[in-house]
Amino acid sequence: MSKVIKIKRGLDIRLKGSAEKVFRATHLPDRFAVKPPDFKGITPKVLVKPGQEVKAGEPILLDKVHPGIIWVSPVAGIVDSVNRGERRKLLDVVIQRTGSDDFVSFETGDVATMDEARVRELIMLSGLWPAIVERPYGVLANPTVTPRDIFISGFDTAPLAPDIDFLLQGQKKGFMTGVEALKKLTSGRVYISLPEGYDDEGLLQGVSGVEYTYFRGPHPAGLVGVQIHHLAPINKGEVVWTISPQHVARIGNTLLQGRADTRWVVALTGAGLKETGYYQTIMGANIDGLVENNRADQEIENRVISGNVLSGTKINPENFIGYFDSHLSVIPEGNQYELFGWALPGYKKFTNSRAFLSALNQNREWNLDTNLKGGQRAFVVSGQYEKVLPMDILPVYLLKAILAEDFDRMEQLGIYEVIEEDLALCEFVCTSKTDVQEILRRGLDLVRKELS
Amino acid sequence: MVDRVKPHFEKGGRFAALHSAFDAIETFLFVPNEVTAKGTHIRDGIDMKRTMIIVVIALLPALLFGMFNVGYQHFLSIGEALPFFSWQGFWFGFLKVLPIILVSYITGLGIEIIFAQMKGHQVAEGFFVSGMLIPLIMPIDTPLWMIALATAFAVIFGKEVFGGSGMNIFNPALLARVFVFFAYPAYMTGDRIWVAGMTRGEGIVDGFSGATPLGNAAADSIDRIPGFLDLFLGTIPGSIGETSTLAILLGAVLLLVTGIGSWKIMLSALVGGVVMGGVLNIWGANSYMEIPFYSHLVMGGFAFGVVFMATDPVTAAQTETGKWIYGFLIGFLSILIRVVNPAYPEGVMLAILLMNMFAPLIDYYVVQANIKRRLKRVKSPTVN
Repeated sequence: MSKVIKIKRGLDIRLKGSAEKVFRATHLPDRFAVKPPDFKGITPKVLVKPGQEVKAGEPILLDKVHPGIIWVSPVAGIVDSVNRGERRKLLDVVIQRTGSDDFVSFETGDVATMDEARVRELIMLSGLWPAIVERPYGVLANPTVTPRDIFISGFDTAPLAPDIDFLLQGQKKGFMTGVEALKKLTSGRVYISLPEGYDDEGLLQGVSGVEYTYFRGPHPAGLVGVQIHHLAPINKGEVVWTISPQHVARIGNTLLQGRADTRWVVALTGAGLKETGYYQTIMGANIDGLVENNRADQEIENRVISGNVLSGTKINPENFIGYFDSHLSVIPEGNQYELFGWALPGYKKFTNSRAFLSALNQNREWNLDTNLKGGQRAFVVSGQYEKVLPMDILPVYLLKAILAEDFDRMEQLGIYEVIEEDLALCEFVCTSKTDVQEILRRGLDLVRKELS
Repeated sequence: MVDRVKPHFEKGGRFAALHSAFDAIETFLFVPNEVTAKGTHIRDGIDMKRTMIIVVIALLPALLFGMFNVGYQHFLSIGEALPFFSWQGFWFGFLKVLPIILVSYITGLGIEIIFAQMKGHQVAEGFFVSGMLIPLIMPIDTPLWMIALATAFAVIFGKEVFGGSGMNIFNPALLARVFVFFAYPAYMTGDRIWVAGMTRGEGIVDGFSGATPLGNAAADSIDRIPGFLDLFLGTIPGSIGETSTLAILLGAVLLLVTGIGSWKIMLSALVGGVVMGGVLNIWGANSYMEIPFYSHLVMGGFAFGVVFMATDPVTAAQTETGKWIYGFLIGFLSILIRVVNPAYPEGVMLAILLMNMFAPLIDYYVVQANIKRRLKRVKSPTVN
């Protein structure tokens, strides 16, 4: 057995409503969208106009900084609308599916014989480049650099996370081809992290020349940022890329077929739903029909989150699945008052602090709502973040450096090694209800701007 | 109900000037209906109110014991000895202690609310605890106006000038005590202030001494220090809440079980006290130094300070490694000051304030070590 890394600090939050392992009917709605806010560090330019007809795989957006990076339409249809928000910020480009089967195709070949430039070109041409995330900063990967290494986390430990093996059923070939392609893009290694005890014959196993590592421990053991920290931490000046297994399979299939593979599997999870499960769909699908007719309780107001409950994005029930999200979480909104809530024994309150009676039986399944459960305060309690952050980083000092806009300090304290999701648990457990992820993003943007 | 009244207190409402006070009362009664807006969608049940109320609950054994003791000591001093747990004694103590608590809370919370309103903040919960700590570390005969003055000093100059709860350098409750200690030394030292009524001196039986064990020790009357069991149980003169190590330990158990108080600080302070006590025992230059080290742990405010004051997360070291050093030095210095400097029999107070001042320095070195580890990594990249 290869290397096993033990993660000791962290927190598993067991929520009610993890996805039942069955595929429900294929979800094929009328509308699909590409949402630029899903990506960090881009300056998007719209290439299409409302009413224009597009094929599947036809470019609809490009990045002004690296014009070779394009986003393509996931389906054949008609551009329905280009929506902007405050200060003309581009929110989404919506495509109305017409049902036609037109797609853009391109020449491909055997990945094994392709050189680096060709692989790069094909991934960019097919519109899948944005799937690659660059660290530091967690931004769209810069195609002009060669990353030190590429990291793939083969499991997800977040609350209600989907089972990646189940998600990728029948796509082993695509996944392996995708990894082969990624190997060409880095001068270093491709790392794949798996949970301890993962089947030797499993779907994500068996790619030659890849560094497999096994992790044991609670969330955030499955976060790629934590894995990088334990495998080969990011130092100043270094660049690494990360990508999700589902996107790797998309790239692999795309290179095999010579057309953009825009299929997507999403798990529907959460206590707010009557029926959970996995759905075959297409990237950027509208979730209409998935959630509204499937509510556990018509009386209770729900929140729909694209992604997990710690670092996902709140979306309307008429909105679209996020680009990086392999599951939707539907949980109750917590907009009620609770009389003397802070003073009661609290057997029904989840906490990592042992300050409620619930600490006696923490391992049951929880139905947590979105109540803030207290007021925002200055930093008071110490040592709390460290308990859920398995990295050699002092989170509170890092956050204070960001609030003080002290660039040297941020760098010294390891801002290059983290992005929002890595500190999401700190935010969850915080007594002072600090917006940890928002502050960190501010810091990442500041440093990035300063250094560019 | 809340929804109907609330608009009057919002900006532009009739009572907008009382917004902070309303918010404090509203959130005291209810956990508000506010939901997460960004970042994590779910949150841990813990909040500042919960954290603080647990500390207050942890203080209750010491408070109740203090009330019994105030009565017991009083009746002892006028020659009408009662059993320790008597209703008469408790009632006397209750009536003596309650005004002090009320004065402390009214003064402190009043100032907090004014500052919160001025700054447009919510009222911070820190004073929940400080307001209870202040009475417990005062001698029972401290005049009420002095309590009010000390509290006001502590809240304004100890906390608000630094930016409020979470920003302060010194423990506010200790500042209140140190204020009285230096501004009105006659009310904080001597043999007469620790027993209710003794300051006025009416009806005190001849031969009764209200001196605390520390006072006796400093005055070289070692033979008058009560036995270990009395010291541990706390049936002795002293500040209201500090005498009973047993009652304090009950509180400590709650703080440790809930994880609200840092076990690292408590343990390392204990070790520090034992080490210093042991060193002095070995040295043994005078009779005070010969007091066995374990007696030091149950004398004066050592236990109270270590459990409730040193663990204040804001003024303690904030790094995990720093907590070990911080706690150890508090224990160590407490006993050192207590024994070696007869002018300050209560060494704990000064030791904690001193370490409050040095906590950022300790943390500084821990943070630098983290930075150095990161830099070293660049110089010698891991080969694997």
